[in-house]
Amino acid sequence: MDKALRAEQRRRHLRNYLPHLPGDIIKILAMLIFVFPFYWMLITAFKTYKESIIVPPTLLPYSFTVDAFITVITKLNWFTYARNTIVVTLSVIVLQLLVMVPASYAFSKFRFYGQGLFFGVVLVAFMIPTQITFITTYMTMADWKLLKTLWPQIIPFGANAFGIFLLRQSFKQIPDEIVESAKLDSASELQIMTRILLPMSKSAMITIALFSFVGHWNSYFWPLVMSITEEVRPLTIAIEKLKEIEYGLQWPQIMAGNVLLVLPVVIIYIFASKKIIQAFAYRGMK
Amino acid sequence: MANKKPIRICANVLLTISVLLIGYGFLGVRINQTNAPVPSSAFIDLTKRIGVPMIIAGVVLLVTAIVLGNTTIQRRTHLSDYFPYLLIIPAIAFLMVFVVYPMLDVIYLSLFNGTVLTPTKRWLGTSNFEALFTVRRDFQVALKNTAVYTVSMVVGLIALSLIFAIWLQKDRKINSVAQTVFFTPHLVASISCAFIFQWIMSGESYGLFNTVLRLFGVPKVDWLNNANTAMGCIIFMNLWKNIGYYTLIIMSALKSIPTEIYEAAELDNASTLRTFFKITLPLLSPQIFFLLITITTGSFKVFDSINIMTGGGPGDATEVLARYIYKYAFKLNKLGVASAAGVVLMVILVLITLIDFKGLEKKVHYQ
Repeated sequence: MDKALRAEQRRRHLRNYLPHLPGDIIKILAMLIFVFPFYWMLITAFKTYKESIIVPPTLLPYSFTVDAFITVITKLNWFTYARNTIVVTLSVIVLQLLVMVPASYAFSKFRFYGQGLFFGVVLVAFMIPTQITFITTYMTMADWKLLKTLWPQIIPFGANAFGIFLLRQSFKQIPDEIVESAKLDSASELQIMTRILLPMSKSAMITIALFSFVGHWNSYFWPLVMSITEEVRPLTIAIEKLKEIEYGLQWPQIMAGNVLLVLPVVIIYIFASKKIIQAFAYRGMK
Repeated sequence: MANKKPIRICANVLLTISVLLIGYGFLGVRINQTNAPVPSSAFIDLTKRIGVPMIIAGVVLLVTAIVLGNTTIQRRTHLSDYFPYLLIIPAIAFLMVFVVYPMLDVIYLSLFNGTVLTPTKRWLGTSNFEALFTVRRDFQVALKNTAVYTVSMVVGLIALSLIFAIWLQKDRKINSVAQTVFFTPHLVASISCAFIFQWIMSGESYGLFNTVLRLFGVPKVDWLNNANTAMGCIIFMNLWKNIGYYTLIIMSALKSIPTEIYEAAELDNASTLRTFFKITLPLLSPQIFFLLITITTGSFKVFDSINIMTGGGPGDATEVLARYIYKYAFKLNKLGVASAAGVVLMVILVLITLIDFKGLEKKVHYQ
């Protein structure tokens, strides 16, 4: 009796699921299309050059080797480039935080004359891309004799207009009474920012930090212009230079370089995909 | 209370004058730094001479305006009223030096002929712009390519993200996995995506695309070196890279639509298609508008994928505005032409953003 009931239940589940089946198969195929390019990058990196240009290409490398990785890491100053990328990305995030939090605090919790004008500057910055500002900024950096340092990749991004915009919005949603009562308890302005406003704006902060991290870790155009010497190159430019070494395109090496660039981001994504997706959705709703 | 309005108007006038004076003063300083003489006229000579004093006067006026204006806002004036200015000074300083000044300077540089080392070699006036729209065919090609790319991205991304979002709407395990997967390329460096697709679309017979096509008996195509296919490949790659992000935005908007509305539509026996066009689409209009603006401005700036995959080639087939500016500034050493193209790009982007602000006020449906 019990058995029959359970069998009946299972049959009903299956019957309910069946209409989903064709759609799900298409979904899995679509997912494969999205994943496959990354798979192709990964296995090419483990092939020998000889195998990489074989016809037809092999779906699994028979000459499984890590030579391409070793070549990329030893032949290039990989650690220098990686250090540059890490230093630039972290410095930008820290600098932006230091500049953005006070500005957002002023724009959200104070009334002062000229507020509209100054916020207008932020809005203008919001629509002017680096593809326009790079010419003059390059010359400014040359004037300041900073072109051989990492500074040109850091200080131009000191004020994050998008961040100020988003954080101001988030601070505004915090009731003024909370700030007022903290002031009555003789909290300093610094304490108000770090102990009250920031903890209450977590999702905005995560979104901003994440956008900055992804943007600067992956950034290509700006360092292409600003890194004129070998010592200040970030990973992205180093990988592009892989095209120029030796004769012919060494695809296993290029792919190995890209694997090393992509890996940290993908690892973070695997562990925090829900949080990251939420953060990006948050950006879209504002 | 009543006598505050004239003070405020007075402060506003002072503020406007101070901004104009500071701008004018900096123009004078900039002309003095110019390598080549700007054609002399009474106006230019005067500007050159009084640059620095004008900046000082402007700053004094600015401070006066702020002090005056603040008396109309605060109940009692206090030194702590000036605290917020202290808070915004770092941000405003960074923005002035690295955004506002470069933006205005690009306009100034577009009036000259020069290189990065000597940016203002020779005064040209507006002839850089005339050249862009008459003689320089390559600029018109770049402009046309940018337009083709932008329209394809806008239409493709909006249509696909709507389809994907509705398709993955239901709360099921497979849908959330699919969403995670589709979003991945958005986080990956555009140069890595470009390299992967350059490899997949390789023109040799060991290229993956050509291998698959050979299975169907299609002869090999040199995808990225063929003027007919190159732009299509770039668009395909960027659709693949960005679709996940826009699907995410549409999807979170879909989830915020109350289910009662759909239940009511069902009671009225409305067809699926009718429900989509009469309910879903209008309720999504703020997000679709957001997509329209973000994709348009983003597409006008496209650079990374094109510089890696085709380098603007073959010929000029995939040359776009952003790469055109970069190429003329740093490869061809024609800074004036690059700056003029930069001004064109700037005008386009500003226009789109203004439409954005206007559109958000009016047409879009809000719940």
